[in-house]
Amino acid sequence: MTTQTMGYIAIGELHQFPPMYGRLVRAGQLEIAVFHTSEGELYALENRTPHAKGGTLVEGIVSGHYVYCPMRDLKIDLRDGKVQEPDDGEVRTFPVRRIGDRLEMGIPDTL
Amino acid sequence: MTAPKEKLVVVGNGMAGIGTLEQILKLTDRFDVTVFGSEPYPNYNRIQLSYVLEGSKKVEDIILNPLEWYEENGIELYIGTVVERIDTNRKVVLTEQGEAFHYDHLILATGSKPFILPIPGAELDGVVGFRDIQDCEKMREAARTVRKAAVIGGGLLGLEAAKGLVQLGMEVTVVHLMDKLMERQLDGRAARMLKEELERQGIAFMLETQTKELVGDTRVTGLKFADGHVLEAELVVMAVGIAPNIDIARKSGLMVNRGIVVDDVMRTSEPNIYAVGECCEHREICYGLVAPLFEQGGVLAKHLAGLNPEPYKGSTVSTKLKISGVDVFSAGQFIESEEHQVLTVQDDWKGTYKKVLLKDRKVVGAVLFGDVTDAMVLDKWVKNASEMTQDMYDSIFDGGTCCSGDKKAGLSVEAMDDSEIVCGCNGVTKGTIVEVIQANSFTTVEEIKKCTGATRSCGGCKPMVEQILAYVLGDEFEGGSAKETICACTDCTRDEVVEAIREKKLTHVKEVMIVLGWINPEGCSKCRPAINYYLGMVWPKEHEDELESRFVNERLHANIQKDGTFSVVPRMYGGVTTPGELKKIAEIAEKYEVPMVKVTGGQRIDLLGIKKEDLPSVWAELDMPSGAAYAKGLRTVKTCVGNRFCRFGTQDSIGMGITMEKKYEGLYMPAKFKMAVNGCPRNCAESSNKDLGIVGNDGGWEIYVGGNGGIKARIADLFCKVKSDEELLEICSAFIQYYRENGKYLERTSDWIERVGLETVQKAVIEDKAQRKALVERLEIAISRHRDPWQEAIHNGSLRMNLYEPIEVTLQS
Repeated sequence: MTTQTMGYIAIGELHQFPPMYGRLVRAGQLEIAVFHTSEGELYALENRTPHAKGGTLVEGIVSGHYVYCPMRDLKIDLRDGKVQEPDDGEVRTFPVRRIGDRLEMGIPDTL
Repeated sequence: MTAPKEKLVVVGNGMAGIGTLEQILKLTDRFDVTVFGSEPYPNYNRIQLSYVLEGSKKVEDIILNPLEWYEENGIELYIGTVVERIDTNRKVVLTEQGEAFHYDHLILATGSKPFILPIPGAELDGVVGFRDIQDCEKMREAARTVRKAAVIGGGLLGLEAAKGLVQLGMEVTVVHLMDKLMERQLDGRAARMLKEELERQGIAFMLETQTKELVGDTRVTGLKFADGHVLEAELVVMAVGIAPNIDIARKSGLMVNRGIVVDDVMRTSEPNIYAVGECCEHREICYGLVAPLFEQGGVLAKHLAGLNPEPYKGSTVSTKLKISGVDVFSAGQFIESEEHQVLTVQDDWKGTYKKVLLKDRKVVGAVLFGDVTDAMVLDKWVKNASEMTQDMYDSIFDGGTCCSGDKKAGLSVEAMDDSEIVCGCNGVTKGTIVEVIQANSFTTVEEIKKCTGATRSCGGCKPMVEQILAYVLGDEFEGGSAKETICACTDCTRDEVVEAIREKKLTHVKEVMIVLGWINPEGCSKCRPAINYYLGMVWPKEHEDELESRFVNERLHANIQKDGTFSVVPRMYGGVTTPGELKKIAEIAEKYEVPMVKVTGGQRIDLLGIKKEDLPSVWAELDMPSGAAYAKGLRTVKTCVGNRFCRFGTQDSIGMGITMEKKYEGLYMPAKFKMAVNGCPRNCAESSNKDLGIVGNDGGWEIYVGGNGGIKARIADLFCKVKSDEELLEICSAFIQYYRENGKYLERTSDWIERVGLETVQKAVIEDKAQRKALVERLEIAISRHRDPWQEAIHNGSLRMNLYEPIEVTLQS
């Protein structure tokens, strides 16, 4: 097994991410949807629903640690990006860490 | 020690044979049963073959008795097994493979075969009947490779086949010998209306045309007619009729005529051999429809169970065509002669036609086209030869024409007799349904269906079964299914949630979920938007709209597109704009490089492909109100030109449309809500498919409700007529508020009206003046809370930033 090294980049401050919404972070070519749950957790997912017909994710309804895809209502676990039954698929996730009010997201060096 | 069971053999694994068997099993367990079926499937619903053909259902969807059913009932089933003949002396049936099976009692339910015209070429490849799953598969296969199809026969089967083939993308011509379609079921006028409707749906017709020959070498290439003309066709469906399948009976020495001759308890000429369904001939009649075979099966079942049934006296048949969007019904005598009194009404705008024939004041026949709501009751009257009364007349012909209200009194399920058949396909009476609901505490149609078979075949009786369920359960009825909860997060129904919001004064989504014990603490994408709507509806002043519980479109006030961009539709009241506005729109479209500018179906301009972060600036520059093209709420009020310019206009439809759009804009409703105002009955702005449609005439306005041009098209019902503009606005307001307060979230008016009944809404809005006033008052409060959402997004800095703008970060390399 190879270990990937992560480079962390600043993506903003906590107040820029209102709870129970997703907010789009653009980093170069990358489009990341950052979700803030009502419990105060933050998750970063690639802003693309895994549905074959595509579309964005950031506008989805957030409930607990799930987001409902705004395009076709797939239910996606924010923690691991896995699409819940009866659909399937997976969204790429990125780690988020909080230093004071500052938020950072990990991007693998290979990217 | 128990006596050995008697051996009952059923030849024929279709609806007649298995339907009879089901009735026998309910009465007795004295038989050891063996069933033979030539098709390689368990019993399926042959009536729904047209759905398999068009592809809206799969074979497994129309299976009536799955293999487990045979197992559970200890039935030995031989599918794909053809019975060759019966040796009546030895009391055995012999299969094609030469195997012999003993019987004590034998039921022949061999059905019928498609009648293949004895013309040259009938044996060519590409010529099929329309009778079983294999035929469907052949046609579906053909549709993948060839384009041109001809259907010979313009009867029930032929038309269903033709529609199925059109659905599969084929060019279809129906060739019919007679001068009108379905001549055995329809009168001239209904047949004409049917033909016009089917032509609209893409079927071509050649009437009074006799096919002489099918041409082609090995595969059919065309039809040659008596007049020498040729029609090109790569697939030919023979649907000229059916013939009872009497092969086995004839070979075995049973008395046959057109069908296998049976007496009044379905006995054939041989002892212990019976016949039911389309293969038999009773009192010189062979039936080709489903209802009689259940009646026959009922008599035979009782006879075999030793219960001395009332003899079978024959059936009155009625017909319904199973083509979506084409409602046709007929029963009894449908062609009038001098001895008949004819009651008829035709409405060319709604595309409906209704005719009832009386003989000596008794109902002897009926034809319905376009609206078959009255089919059930007419069927009953024809069967009973009921004498026409003023009440009956009113219930059929006098309903819904004006603000009258008490329509359809005669149709109430309460007034129905217990012995009255509700499910004609499976012979289930009202009494039986009431009994099973009470005995088993049933609360859903599904449970009733599993227990009695009602609604299982054609499904036409489902609304009636629902009504009976509602009637038996009273207050406990939850609208169609026992507990139709609003989603899987809760056990609560829509009504329970709304009631709790009212009684406990709940004002937040989260509060509702805590108080009502939501399983999933933050709900899901189904319940959150629903609760948010109900809160706003019940507490317009107190509730603060919770954007995080709104779908993306209503949260961002624009329609999300497949690529994550949005569309912008500015409000143009009544569809009226100005050169200045158009210039402004054009400039903005150029400035923001809008990929597409389109005119919508609701007479508005749509700017498609706008980036999310550009939305607020586009709105600011447009400086027009939101057109709410994304909302579960008022969309557009479509108008015709009206008396301002049109030489036919009798009312100012534009003026009224603008007034209404200004009044109701921004109102949230259970689902999207479309309106139209027309200045004359030519109805150019198409009121008939709107949630609320207004048609002006010289003396006032007509109000139509519950129309829908979408997934499930529905023609609007005439709600009432009014004389003045004030009255018009008052009734419209009350109607809208009544829908806001009683509709389920996401339920369009078309479904809602069918669920609650037009009369209920008419009573609440038109007749009960005090309630009307209260509804209008509550609506005015809701209206007063309206703020233009685009202006809010433009001026609320944090909203604008957090919801619309991305955070840009740079990646260090």
